[in-house]
Amino acid sequence: MVEEVKLFRTWSSPYALRIVWALKLKGIEYETIFEDISNKSPLLLRYNPVHKKVPVLLHRGKSISESLVILEYIEDTWKQAPLLPESPYEIARAHFWAKFSDSKLMPAIWHVFLTQGKQQEEAIPPAIEILKIIEEELKGKKYFGGQTIGLADIAFGWMANLLYVLEEITGLKLMNTQNFPSLSAWINNFSDVPAIKENWPPHEKLVTKFQAIREKYLAAGATK
Amino acid sequence: MAGASSDLKLLGAGPSPYVNRVQIALNLKAINYEFLEEKFGSKSELLLKSNPVHKKIPVLIHGDKPICESLIIVQYIDEVWTSGPSILPSDPYDRALHRFWAAYIDDKDLRTAEGEKAKQLAVERIAEGMALLEDALGKCGKGKPFFGGDNVGYLDIAFGSSLGWLRATEKLAGVTLFNEAKTPGLVAWADAFSSHEAVKGVIPETDKLVELAKMFKARAQSQSAN
Repeated sequence: MVEEVKLFRTWSSPYALRIVWALKLKGIEYETIFEDISNKSPLLLRYNPVHKKVPVLLHRGKSISESLVILEYIEDTWKQAPLLPESPYEIARAHFWAKFSDSKLMPAIWHVFLTQGKQQEEAIPPAIEILKIIEEELKGKKYFGGQTIGLADIAFGWMANLLYVLEEITGLKLMNTQNFPSLSAWINNFSDVPAIKENWPPHEKLVTKFQAIREKYLAAGATK
Repeated sequence: MAGASSDLKLLGAGPSPYVNRVQIALNLKAINYEFLEEKFGSKSELLLKSNPVHKKIPVLIHGDKPICESLIIVQYIDEVWTSGPSILPSDPYDRALHRFWAAYIDDKDLRTAEGEKAKQLAVERIAEGMALLEDALGKCGKGKPFFGGDNVGYLDIAFGSSLGWLRATEKLAGVTLFNEAKTPGLVAWADAFSSHEAVKGVIPETDKLVELAKMFKARAQSQSAN
């Protein structure tokens, strides 16, 4: 019996892409429902009334929201191509790094990306410190999960592409292969995985979109 | 298999609700451990060594392995010590509900503010959260006393650990956050949780937290005055 799986997402949301990757890695068939964030569908509001955001996964008539929660649900439900290791300690580490991506790296990178001038200058060193922590963690490993791609890799996946997009827009280079050899290698390894490679939004479209976001934030900041 | 006392250490501090989460989980599983109290305002060598990334409590040290982040530690405990009641539900959707609401609680600002208007807004914001959690209690608990059903579960621990500070806030700010009329389920749940064997003696008494809050505030004010 084919169980219906539906994913509400936008073409660019890095959180929603995590779910695409997880479903593809596990070979799960699903239907995509694209949302326009400026005009959210009644269905989205019904299935995620608390946050009203993408991604939302619909399975067996039930909706699950929050990308990391959805990833765990997928892992709990479909046992093939496991995204989490076996041992409780290694599972705890995977969770730790997945959380680090969202609680530490993302805000630091956004802070660099959405500022300019002195504010941006001051935002750069903390962001680099955080990248160094990740570099240290990746030493000697192909992926966060070791030899195979896992939950933490999927959580950090947004970095593998967006970092270059953001660098292109701002003209800033936060990392290079010399200072961040392990992180650079991870970006290549991650991006080469077919499920990832085949599901990345078009580069130019991402540049245009995030350029507009940056301009909007800078304009709003200037009026404060 | 219970861990030997020397095998398991918890770095923490009594008033921290995040530390309390781990203590409650360890109590639920009847596990012996050594509690190493971190002094307020300083970080021990062991803490800096075990949690170099965040330098925060709680840290559970099992043998030579440190585990950080309160809810990650709770899940770790659940997965290692499998005799006794499960903390996380077994059904994937129920697990997702517990995780979703635990994340909501951690993201939601449960503090009130100074000044009448700001305080009113904060109370409204908290009340909004309480209404959602009342609803969640019905969906997760399905009429039973806890979010975990008959037993204290992951979400009970995630939310219940903040009961001490929520009650202290009620006293300090002179507001009611647990409203019998609006959220009767949560009022009953709070009582059931606080009086549970695994929770008793873990969360500090409300008056003690009120005193601590006053002390922090005085300290912060004297520091900013200098």
